[in-house]
Amino acid sequence: MTSATGLATLVPSIAAEPPRTARFLRTAGRGLLASRLTPWLVPFALLALWAAASGTGRLSPQFLPPPWAIAEAAWSKILDGELAANIAVSFRRAISGFLVGGGIAFLLGLANGLSRLSERLTDTTVQMIRNIPNLSLIPLVILWLGIGEEAKLFLTALGVFFPVYVNTFHGVRTVDAGLVEMGRSYGMTRFELFRRVILPGALPSIFVGVRFALGVMWLTLIVAETIAASSGIGHMATEAREFLQVDVVVLAILIYAALGKVADTTVRLLERATLAWHPAFADPRTSK
Amino acid sequence: MTVKPADRDFDALFADPSTRARAARGVSIRLSGLTRRFGELEVLRGIDLDIAAGRFVAIVGRSGCGKSTLLRLLSGLDRPSGGELAFGAGEDDDVVPRLMFQEPRLLPWARVVDNVAVGLGRDRDAPDGRLRVASALAAVGLAEKAEAWPAVLSGGQKQRVALARALVSRPRFLALDEPLGALDALTRIGMQSLLERVWLAQGFTAVLVTHDVGEAIALADRVVMIEEGRVALDVAVDLPRPRRRGSAEAARLEAEILRHLVHEEPPDVGWVI
Repeated sequence: MTSATGLATLVPSIAAEPPRTARFLRTAGRGLLASRLTPWLVPFALLALWAAASGTGRLSPQFLPPPWAIAEAAWSKILDGELAANIAVSFRRAISGFLVGGGIAFLLGLANGLSRLSERLTDTTVQMIRNIPNLSLIPLVILWLGIGEEAKLFLTALGVFFPVYVNTFHGVRTVDAGLVEMGRSYGMTRFELFRRVILPGALPSIFVGVRFALGVMWLTLIVAETIAASSGIGHMATEAREFLQVDVVVLAILIYAALGKVADTTVRLLERATLAWHPAFADPRTSK
Repeated sequence: MTVKPADRDFDALFADPSTRARAARGVSIRLSGLTRRFGELEVLRGIDLDIAAGRFVAIVGRSGCGKSTLLRLLSGLDRPSGGELAFGAGEDDDVVPRLMFQEPRLLPWARVVDNVAVGLGRDRDAPDGRLRVASALAAVGLAEKAEAWPAVLSGGQKQRVALARALVSRPRFLALDEPLGALDALTRIGMQSLLERVWLAQGFTAVLVTHDVGEAIALADRVVMIEEGRVALDVAVDLPRPRRRGSAEAARLEAEILRHLVHEEPPDVGWVI
């Protein structure tokens, strides 16, 4: 056998069979992509790292208590009912602020998207108010409304308002003009045009606004609760800080992270349900 | 792409049996001195045209000659600046023109069947609405795609859905604004024969705007060339139907119309797609 034929038989086998490590990586990659646990890998790795650092004593409990101390704190707060009450209060504030601010923003965004007159009348004003950092209003809001529920509702609603408004307006304005013309030529009434063409066309953009708004909602609420409240997760954290209960402070932060994730997941499910037609939102498990 | 021979069913769904019925289905169109101005720009400078009921007329011309503007006037999307546009023989003909656009313009958030139902217009809630949608979809060979989202269809399939949407109200006049322009050559030929068959079966009046002289001759009874806002050429295409592509007579006609179209154009400008 000459060396040339030897090489010829060798080369294809190299090409056909990649080295074992490469094959392993490729299978592992595919597995990672498919698994539902994959998104949780990084959070759990961080948790493990945290536990290890605490367990070996490299992380001082005054700086960051170990995870089990947080769990203990959570357990005792659950037992005395304080945690559930505080979460319920914060959640109610968040939702009502979101509904009020988001609702008004949605209606005004639609109105300004559909009517040039309405836009001329109100858009400049909205844009001016939008550029005031809403948290800078806290002193004024406290002077006006005290530290009662109205202050929190006002701040949260105001924070939620702008992302929903801007994206609803943008969504309505960027609906494909060709589709609107088609609808007109097929005799749709103005209401039908809105319901069947404009609103569904604006929906992806509206959802972007809603997801932004949820982030702003928590941010505003936490700050408001930290500064001026007698209940809620933010209040719990502030109180704990005064008594140097680092574990409770961390617990409050983790609860915010969890609540944020819950809100985001809810919107994602809503997106999937209403935007099933959209290739980018179709459920990868049900579409072909 | 071509519709498989459930053809007989399809013709049965649509055909009006006699030629008299055919003439009654279509509507005649009369244009006299029709003009359209956009500010200083006079796009149509007085179009006179008589289109008999149930005929298929193709309008050809260079880009910017005003043919698309003319079609928008015919389909009611735009109003003339002057002159007259009349459908029917003067009696109170209720003509709801239907227009097929260059792009399919399907609602991406509505399933195929609901997109076709858009074409029912004011009859959307008619008791036989669903049935009419189903038969229109069958007519374009897409019955099995009724529940699909437009996003999963090919370009040719989307345009067939758009055709079903245009046909579902059984219009007496159908305007076609280069609806096959974006399709590949083979899909195009399939669509042309589908259009011809549907037109033969339904007998509506059809006006097709196209860049493609070959397509105009394959489909139309009459080819009208527009140049600088006026009718520059009006040729009858008297070829037997259903038409076969590539006959000598069609080639001769095509060459003749092309000669008129090109005569002032610099030779290397590709205005025929």
